[in-house]
Amino acid sequence: MDAPRTLFEKIWSRHRVLEREDGQTLLYVGRHLLHDGGATAFDVLRRRGLKPWAPERIFATPDHYVSTAGRRVEEIEDPRHREMVEKLARNTAEHGIRRFGLGDPNQGIVHVVGPETGLSQPGLLMVCGDSHTSTHGALGALAFGIGSTEVAHVLATQTLWQRKPRTMRITVEGRLGPQVTGKDVILAIIARIGAAGATGHAIEYAGSAIRSLSMEGRLTLCNMSIEAGGRAGMVAPDETTYAYLEGRPYSPRGADWEAAVTRWRELPSDAGAAFDTEVTLDGDAIQPMVTWGNSPEDALPIDGAIPDPETAPDAERRAQMRRMLDYMGLAPGTRLTDIAIDRAFIGSCTNSRIEDLRAAAAVAAGRKVAPGVTAWVVPGSEPVKRQAEAEGLHEVFRAAGFAWREPGCSMCLGTNGDIAAPGERVASTSNRNFVGRQGPGARTHLLSPAMAAAAAVTGRFTDVRRLLEG
Amino acid sequence: MEAFRQFDAVAVPLPQPNIDTDRIIPARFLSRPREVDHAQFLFHDARRLPEGGQDPDFPLNRPAWQPARIIVAGRNFACGSSRESAVWALFDAGFRCAIAPSFGDIFRNNGTKNGLLPVVLPAEAVDAIMAMLEAGPGARIAVDLPAQTVTAPDGTVHGFEIDPFAKHCLLEGLDDFGLTAGYEEEIAAFERRYGRENRL
Ligand code: SF4
Repeated sequence: MDAPRTLFEKIWSRHRVLEREDGQTLLYVGRHLLHDGGATAFDVLRRRGLKPWAPERIFATPDHYVSTAGRRVEEIEDPRHREMVEKLARNTAEHGIRRFGLGDPNQGIVHVVGPETGLSQPGLLMVCGDSHTSTHGALGALAFGIGSTEVAHVLATQTLWQRKPRTMRITVEGRLGPQVTGKDVILAIIARIGAAGATGHAIEYAGSAIRSLSMEGRLTLCNMSIEAGGRAGMVAPDETTYAYLEGRPYSPRGADWEAAVTRWRELPSDAGAAFDTEVTLDGDAIQPMVTWGNSPEDALPIDGAIPDPETAPDAERRAQMRRMLDYMGLAPGTRLTDIAIDRAFIGSCTNSRIEDLRAAAAVAAGRKVAPGVTAWVVPGSEPVKRQAEAEGLHEVFRAAGFAWREPGCSMCLGTNGDIAAPGERVASTSNRNFVGRQGPGARTHLLSPAMAAAAAVTGRFTDVRRLLEG
Repeated sequence: MEAFRQFDAVAVPLPQPNIDTDRIIPARFLSRPREVDHAQFLFHDARRLPEGGQDPDFPLNRPAWQPARIIVAGRNFACGSSRESAVWALFDAGFRCAIAPSFGDIFRNNGTKNGLLPVVLPAEAVDAIMAMLEAGPGARIAVDLPAQTVTAPDGTVHGFEIDPFAKHCLLEGLDDFGLTAGYEEEIAAFERRYGRENRL
């Protein structure tokens, strides 16, 4: 009998074109996603006189540089930003690549669009020139981010040279409490293993608490694998996956669907398959989380207080904590629930899907954004926006004083100009709280959509469970 | 790609963990094409004071470290975003090598594909080298890729591991395109097998 294999190994070996003696492997890319930040890769192709090898396997959508105030390209004020969106249109048109452009019913953040259109599927090897490509692993795909030289190589050959990463299984058993979401699970994981805890590894998330997550929750979880250093994060496909995928525009249909599901059922890691590293967490113990520093590893349960650098284990950490508290404008010992915010941002490829918006709207309903707080909701894609509007969520948000914007990356990274002012404190559902990530001097705290909405309506970080109890 | 063999240069210490690629080059400069000199964006905000003007205390701004062409940093250097312009900013400023206890995986790949050698040394070795650089600003480090060694300012020699493929490509200045061109038959044959199961 064959040795038991992991989900990762099954996908890796199915996409192996060849392996050199030195271990370097040429992998075939089943699906390649592009966004408007990738113009350089096409410049490389042009310089070398190359063309895309398999345009039918490539899909594109603009997200980083689009305006969230309007849908027309001309509404993008900064000519550099407009040029990025226009270049994507020109490059994809020139090479016959399917693009969900501005105004297309499927446009959105690339990591929202892939799963939602059914382009991301179990067992596929997927890449995109973006570190949050790990998101698509939630469907049981092996998906990872690459740099622009690698993007150019994938365009030209539909393949990529890689060395096999190590494997890590993160098992979360137990039942997640009310208002404990995929976001809280991944923040708890990163707080435990550190921002480099999974460097060099492909992660598989397992255990009853993971199984219980909806597809949206799993997408959030896998999205932030890179924030733990992991190249990829995956969840084995199951009934939740198949129910999510069935009937999506690019999902197989009819007999093809049946055949695909039969194949996908073979994917989960075999009993007894070995992982290089194992991590376990108690799902029952996870609380709603909020970050306080400039790395996603600096996360605390909402009832926590800002740690004191004097208690740091070593001088390096002490110095780092001091720098972070200085940048974040926080004093040791301050309770998270005593920290006032200036802005709330509900959006990004981490938390802008329909379930995220429903959770935030449930908190916003019948409440008002606190005085002095600017609160934005930026749906992840056109389909999310349509669905939310069909459910009346936009009215709920507007009535509460939230701005209801157009789909794009927006304040997650601010490349389109949506940024916070220096010193402003943002309750953000995005994935990175780095120095300057949401604008020079901006102070980012990461948390779930319901927690961000709770912060928006109370003006400070708030335990959403208490708020909803009334 | 520029080949890398031996490199001997002034090294600058950045004694912080988790220096992310947003720090190395802020996102608002990502719309610039490769032709633009990216040295001007290197640590653009980190090296400036909040009220404007250069921060004289930022290591790269200190006169002794302005000629630096090797970076020595804390663990998880260049984590975060896949932006290749983080490598371009370092490369255009003359950097050819970064030494740290660990790197963000994508940066490490991007570096080796652009003639910037990422060297992983044990944390104790990095700490010791950093202490020497702090004690004698302007001190040099020698990196020998064929021998896989780093020679610290005091003459201590540290061996390092590197993926043989990455080493080969860096030594020869080879890029992946040339290599893959020889395998077009294999890719086409793979596609015929693979396509049967994965209809589009
Ligand atoms: S939403 Fe943020 S993290 Fe996601 S792709 Fe856009 S910029 Fe990157």
